[in-house]
Amino acid sequence: MKNDIILSGVGGQGILSIAAVIGLAAVANNLFLKQAEVHGMSQRGGDVQSHLRLSDKPVASDLIAFGKANLIISVEPMESLRYLPWLSKQGWLVTNSSPFINIPDYPPVDQIIKEIKTIRNHIIIDADAIAKEAGSARSGNIVILGAASPFIEMPYASLENAIKKLFERKGEEIVEVNLKALRAGRESSDAIRS
Amino acid sequence: MKKLLLLGDESIAQAALDAGLSGMYAYPGTPSTEIMEYIQSSKEASHRNIHREWSSNEKTAMEAALGMSYAGKRAMVAMKHVGLNVAADSFINSALTGVNGGLIVVSADDPSMHSSQNEQDSRFYGKFAFIPCFEPSNQQEAYDMIFDAFEVSEKYKVPVLFRITTRLAHSRASVQLKAALPENKLSLPVDPLQFVLLPAIARKKYKALLSSYESLRYENRISKYNFFKDGKKRELGIITCGIAYNYLMENISDSPYDYPVLKISAYPFPTDLIKDITSRCKEVLVLEEGAPMIEEALRGILDNGIKIYGRLDGTIPRDGELNPAIVGKALGLPSSYGEEVPSVVKMRPPSFCKGCGHADMFNSLIETLKPYGQGHVFSDIGCYTLAALPPYSSINSCVDMGASVTMAIGAADAGLIPSVAVIGDSTFTHSGMTGLLDAVVKKSSVTIIISDNSTTGMTGGQQSQATGRIEQICTGIGVEPEHLRIIIPLRKNHEENARIMKEEFEYKGVSVIIAMRECIQTATKRKKTEIANE
Repeated sequence: MKNDIILSGVGGQGILSIAAVIGLAAVANNLFLKQAEVHGMSQRGGDVQSHLRLSDKPVASDLIAFGKANLIISVEPMESLRYLPWLSKQGWLVTNSSPFINIPDYPPVDQIIKEIKTIRNHIIIDADAIAKEAGSARSGNIVILGAASPFIEMPYASLENAIKKLFERKGEEIVEVNLKALRAGRESSDAIRS
Repeated sequence: MKKLLLLGDESIAQAALDAGLSGMYAYPGTPSTEIMEYIQSSKEASHRNIHREWSSNEKTAMEAALGMSYAGKRAMVAMKHVGLNVAADSFINSALTGVNGGLIVVSADDPSMHSSQNEQDSRFYGKFAFIPCFEPSNQQEAYDMIFDAFEVSEKYKVPVLFRITTRLAHSRASVQLKAALPENKLSLPVDPLQFVLLPAIARKKYKALLSSYESLRYENRISKYNFFKDGKKRELGIITCGIAYNYLMENISDSPYDYPVLKISAYPFPTDLIKDITSRCKEVLVLEEGAPMIEEALRGILDNGIKIYGRLDGTIPRDGELNPAIVGKALGLPSSYGEEVPSVVKMRPPSFCKGCGHADMFNSLIETLKPYGQGHVFSDIGCYTLAALPPYSSINSCVDMGASVTMAIGAADAGLIPSVAVIGDSTFTHSGMTGLLDAVVKKSSVTIIISDNSTTGMTGGQQSQATGRIEQICTGIGVEPEHLRIIIPLRKNHEENARIMKEEFEYKGVSVIIAMRECIQTATKRKKTEIANE
């Protein structure tokens, strides 16, 4: 088993929380893990990414090689395309459709969606809207994780357990909202593929 | 023993705690910041009352750590690579004084300059100071090495350099912990003159240092991190340093290749192992994260030995971080590059947060400077350096911590009026205060804007030594009270702030304008904590 995952988004959108959930789940499943993150300057509204590598054997490189990622999980549509050089031909791209516009030359969203649709295996969902419906506008990142969960080779329940562990100290309510967001993301993803 | 999922930085911090650390010293700097942060948030550190406060800069941190070592206890000091330049005076001389309690100096390099002004390779500092240097290739090795680094430090009575790079610092992996060691007891150096570098003493100590550096090559706690694995292929041997080993393994572990490989992770480098691999193989490839330090040594000036591939012949790019693709290409493996990035994807550089006081300060500054033309603003290291980018495009320098103040002085000396420095509060207390004293003594015609957001912002909001003290510091240094102005950089104050700036630009002497507004990130965090505590 080997899952090479790229997480992408804009600084502050919560991709490190996604990484933390998958990381906790991986440890619970006794998998080897390496997860490279971006800190510092790029966090100020710039593009951010994290390379997350899971395997049943020790992982050598902290970085994923070009063309070897099984999965791109993106909380922002334009950012999902920035990492195509890393995506394998059979890989999946799971992204939020809701743009984060903080640059003057942000392209028309329909052009971005058109490009995403040229990728053979893709899932586009409006994670912001789904998160709002699930009761927390700020859980879009967990919705996207739910949508990507079919492509992560770990039991779904282990992601739920990881969410419980990660958000435990923030209180029962936050845990429930995030579990609901995860479920809503999973369901919308399943609906698209069926 | 326990297993934890840790960043490279955190594994170093946890190891130091487990290896009997008594004092942690640091100034924030990407990618080193999380070492101190981990210790500050550790219950164990709090329980043991380990020293864990930020220092004003890397030099004061280094010296305080040396003081703790003098008193017989184990100390660690952490900084980013350019911070080691600031600490260099005490760092180099600490090799001569030697240590009493174990002392580790962590320098976190940033190849490819993700968040830095240069990509200098700290390993040179180890050689320059004649002290051992560890360069872990992964989080577990980093953890294990800290124990050995403290032992080596105490056995040879030298500080030890611990060199990491961004990729290890900020990558997480599972780390197996060891049994914890007790802290050292307070004990003074046996020789009361050990730390007295008078020339007559320093000359003796330097000779001793030089000879101890040679004996370090045979020290087991160093040599065990350098190992040679022979392979069938005699055409090409591969020498890797630190994290470069991972990229090699990523490329060859699943394939039929069987190269002889020498993995180097501790210095002084193993001359015997290097001679061995180069005598077995027809050619050698050198993979180093950072500068071609080993490669240069191997080639020498004559470069008339076996064929060497590396950064100096273009096999590997001369600058920048390594990755699996660069190493794969050097091995002649085919590229696995996926789809090109479509042209619809635009650059998204970092920018000021919504609600950032720096932005409003710059809006007033830009307008006030319009009549004087371009080229008047010397900036510094911090979030406000982002004003170099559009739509602000309004700063003309960013060199090193504190250089805004002193460059403004020099430019004013040359006749540039107005000459404006923009510096953050934490950077001001790091290295701006001494420059301000120069300005006051010389009566320079400079306007120094201290953009005070009450935090060390760019590195994620660490405590700023300047908070609540800037006014007193400035008047104490001798800034005239009528030219020490305080503004609140909010849009509604724009007209007034621009007027104050204009008044001070026209004053032929030292003006300081403190633009006070809390960082929006720390303000938000603070409010959240306040609500949670209610």
